[in-house]
Amino acid sequence: MITYAGSDRGYLDRSSARSPMPIPSPFHERTSKLCTSYRWKEWSGYAAVSSYDTTHEREYFAFRESAGLLDVTPLFKYEVHGPDAAALLSRMMVRDVSKLKIGRVGYSCWCDDYGKVIDDGTVTRLAEDYYRVTAADPTLHWLQAVGRGLRVTIEDSSARLAAVALQGPCSREILRAVSDADIDRLKFFGATRARLDGLDVWITRTGYTGDLGYEVWADNAGALRLWDALVDAGRPHGIEPAGLDALDVSRIEAGFILLGVDYFSAPKVILEARKSTPFELGLGWIVDFERPTFPSFIGRDALAAEAARLRRGTAASAGWALVGLEVAWEALEALYESFSLPPSLPATARRDGLPVYDDEGRQVGKVTSHTWSPILKKYIALTSVHASHAAPGTILQMEHTVEFERRKVPAKVVKTPFFDPERKKRP
Amino acid sequence: MNTHAGESRPAPAPARGPYDAVVVGAGHNGLVCAAYLAKAGRKVLVVERRRQVGGATTTEEIHPGFKFSCCSYVVSLLRPWIIRDLDLPRYGYEVLPLEETFTPFEDGSYLLRDSDPERTKRAIARFSPRDAEVYKQFGQKMAELGRLVKPMIDGLAPDPLARNPFELLRLARFARHVRGQGEEWLIGNVKMMTMSAVDFLSEWFECEQLIAPMSVSGIIGTFLGVRSPGTAYVLLHHYMGEIDGSYRAWGLPKGGTGAIAEAIAGAARALGVEIRLGAPVERLLMKHGRAAGVVLENGDEIAAKVVVSGVDPNRTFLRLVGEEHLEPEFAKQIKRFKMRGSSGKVNLALDALPEFACLPGAGPQLRGDITIAPSIEYLERAYDDAKYGAFSRRPFMDVVIPSLTDPTVAPPGKHTMSIFVQYAPYKLKEGAADWPRQREAFGDAVIDTLAQYMPNLPSRILHRQVLTPWDLEQVYGLTEGNIFHGELSLEQLAFLRPVPGWSRYRTPIGHLWMCASGTHPGGGIMGAPGALCARTMLHARAV
Repeated sequence: MITYAGSDRGYLDRSSARSPMPIPSPFHERTSKLCTSYRWKEWSGYAAVSSYDTTHEREYFAFRESAGLLDVTPLFKYEVHGPDAAALLSRMMVRDVSKLKIGRVGYSCWCDDYGKVIDDGTVTRLAEDYYRVTAADPTLHWLQAVGRGLRVTIEDSSARLAAVALQGPCSREILRAVSDADIDRLKFFGATRARLDGLDVWITRTGYTGDLGYEVWADNAGALRLWDALVDAGRPHGIEPAGLDALDVSRIEAGFILLGVDYFSAPKVILEARKSTPFELGLGWIVDFERPTFPSFIGRDALAAEAARLRRGTAASAGWALVGLEVAWEALEALYESFSLPPSLPATARRDGLPVYDDEGRQVGKVTSHTWSPILKKYIALTSVHASHAAPGTILQMEHTVEFERRKVPAKVVKTPFFDPERKKRP
Repeated sequence: MNTHAGESRPAPAPARGPYDAVVVGAGHNGLVCAAYLAKAGRKVLVVERRRQVGGATTTEEIHPGFKFSCCSYVVSLLRPWIIRDLDLPRYGYEVLPLEETFTPFEDGSYLLRDSDPERTKRAIARFSPRDAEVYKQFGQKMAELGRLVKPMIDGLAPDPLARNPFELLRLARFARHVRGQGEEWLIGNVKMMTMSAVDFLSEWFECEQLIAPMSVSGIIGTFLGVRSPGTAYVLLHHYMGEIDGSYRAWGLPKGGTGAIAEAIAGAARALGVEIRLGAPVERLLMKHGRAAGVVLENGDEIAAKVVVSGVDPNRTFLRLVGEEHLEPEFAKQIKRFKMRGSSGKVNLALDALPEFACLPGAGPQLRGDITIAPSIEYLERAYDDAKYGAFSRRPFMDVVIPSLTDPTVAPPGKHTMSIFVQYAPYKLKEGAADWPRQREAFGDAVIDTLAQYMPNLPSRILHRQVLTPWDLEQVYGLTEGNIFHGELSLEQLAFLRPVPGWSRYRTPIGHLWMCASGTHPGGGIMGAPGALCARTMLHARAV
């Protein structure tokens, strides 16, 4: 038995024909006043701020030096309740969700029957039989399909729940000041229910910046109060509202992949070559083959076979690997110098794919996201390469255009994350 | 501190004598030099008088919970190749944006310039629509002119006095570089080198509200006025950040400038450099007219193959070496090298943010550079006071509130304010030693002046630190309180720095080298003198 708990989702309903497009988030009343640059973009149907000011630099540094406040409401959210909730999610995810304790969050991806990744997101265990799933793409149909015959209730809470990410070194002090949560004991990837300015919220120590940070989840009705409370408490700590441009730089530094940019959802692509397995995305560490439950997770057989090939070392020539690249700055500077120009890179993170070559000029991969990292003082890129070229230290040639001329610059394969501050996981 | 995946920090190898090199002074240049020497496998000891590294590149908690960049307060031109060679981001080097320049005027109007060209254009247009249009072109032109300087600050100074063939080759290359830039560019450069900041800017702009605050970058750290010839050249430094492209060399160091010194020290230690703090050097150990090590004030003798001085030329030769070891002509030249400090610092711990009367609130007007330079006449009058041996009653000030961008330097909601003040001549008419008596009056003049624009500032001050040129000399060892180890004026730059014929870090004393701001290319947290000195030493197999 599966119950779909539809709800009265009011004017914010993504599916309502009457709602304006893009949809204003429940924080819109605040964010729209602050966004003096008018730089918005569409995110899952919502209007989302790219950068509040004409450049995102301050917002980026808020994530790294004080605290940035980012509206993440457009994430897809699902509440999964019932005695079989764990069974459903364990079946769906490559991570064994049944091992997740109450008050913990797990990052995972989910695959099709052939072990190709559909999407990635988090699962939070809120109570014994109650989980919350976040996803980049709509996932209700998949949850329903996997849950057929199980005793679960699945609710699409995407339009009911508002969410903000509070990320940066000062985020802990802000939440300590404004909520009753035992924030100092909330571990990395922990979750807790809390009162925040009279609101009933969930706080998770998660985020997409790779820094110390939290996400706060509340009903839409309390969204503005939540925003105001965080901004007030954050003012002495230098809080800044931050947009997606700042997030994009941060997430590349953190080595986090993005659906539709660094990889593609298996059911949505035509070419087989565009699909990826978790191993090819650097997510092999999540895949848990040891399951007490039966049937095992979707895609298990294909992934087990791939894992076996990897162990034997025969898969190396065939598969892909997602790696970090660090561009050799001296070479880049010399390239610009040959045009009498200072080395200048785009101010924002870029998603235009760039070919990557080996020494003999054969293309061996593609850059999918790249950015100048202001904190590392390095030009970094997330890159899919043939597994044979994925060893750290390998030097590849990356395409780089100067003055309309396509050239190449050497870049070194490195492990991700590029930036991994100790404070991120510090108890 | 950042940790990067895939690499573990190399364990510092404790090196104990005998040393290949002993570096006197753990300022940023001394540390850079030591790190490069150690990187080349040399055993290096750095001895520092104070109990912390950094010299004038220092962060100090002068009031509980408030950390100040007591002396230098922004990072301008730390060379990107040094940052990379020493992997400084790994040791905590971070630079935060400092984009705005705010100038309040005496009539209650103000000018706010920032990184958004359109916004800046609109702000300038309130005073002069014509200047607003030209402003961007000016920046571009300055960046072009900066191209002359880039090879200069990243390499040895071309030396027309030298006669060896390599040197002639270098000069020829430099001449070609200059010729290749075209006539207009050359004329621009010659003008820059000879004109005053105000005259040069007046060729471009008509409104004083723009010329006055822009002209001050020509006088920072010099004993000259904005109308003094030769000050136009220093304007270039303001635009030099551009030459490094995306590297963005201009900004606010996280954790204060001391964090930069700590990062360099961290890198140096990881390379095996030994740093001894609280070890003041009494004099150089001389053997057969050559440097053979140092003698500490406690009597310890430390022998080394070479000694590298990270202190200013005056202190190096007249105190550490001693005039008796110098040729009279050289000693005369060193004495002629102009130190004459002209600036002071006032650091404030604030209970809350102050507000400008002309633009209340906590907006962008507070978070960048605040320049108190309301008019050319104001700046000239400030200089007049100094000429006759007094501090400026109404000084030029460059104010920064670092805690707005880097909240870690102050308790939540509280702030630090750094005020660079000019003019504060080292030689008061009552004598330099009168500074301790005039210190608080100087501090009062600063606060009074600022309070004209920020009326609520005095009521927000929790603690005040006043550093006069005298203090800079006593505490930080800067002779006559000169923040650049010798004025950055044309006759003291390039092959003339510090003394003609000795611009290559070498000294007339065998086995003694110089690596600090008193050598080419000069002061500011650039690191180039330290690195170029080490390179030259290694190339010459001096160590």
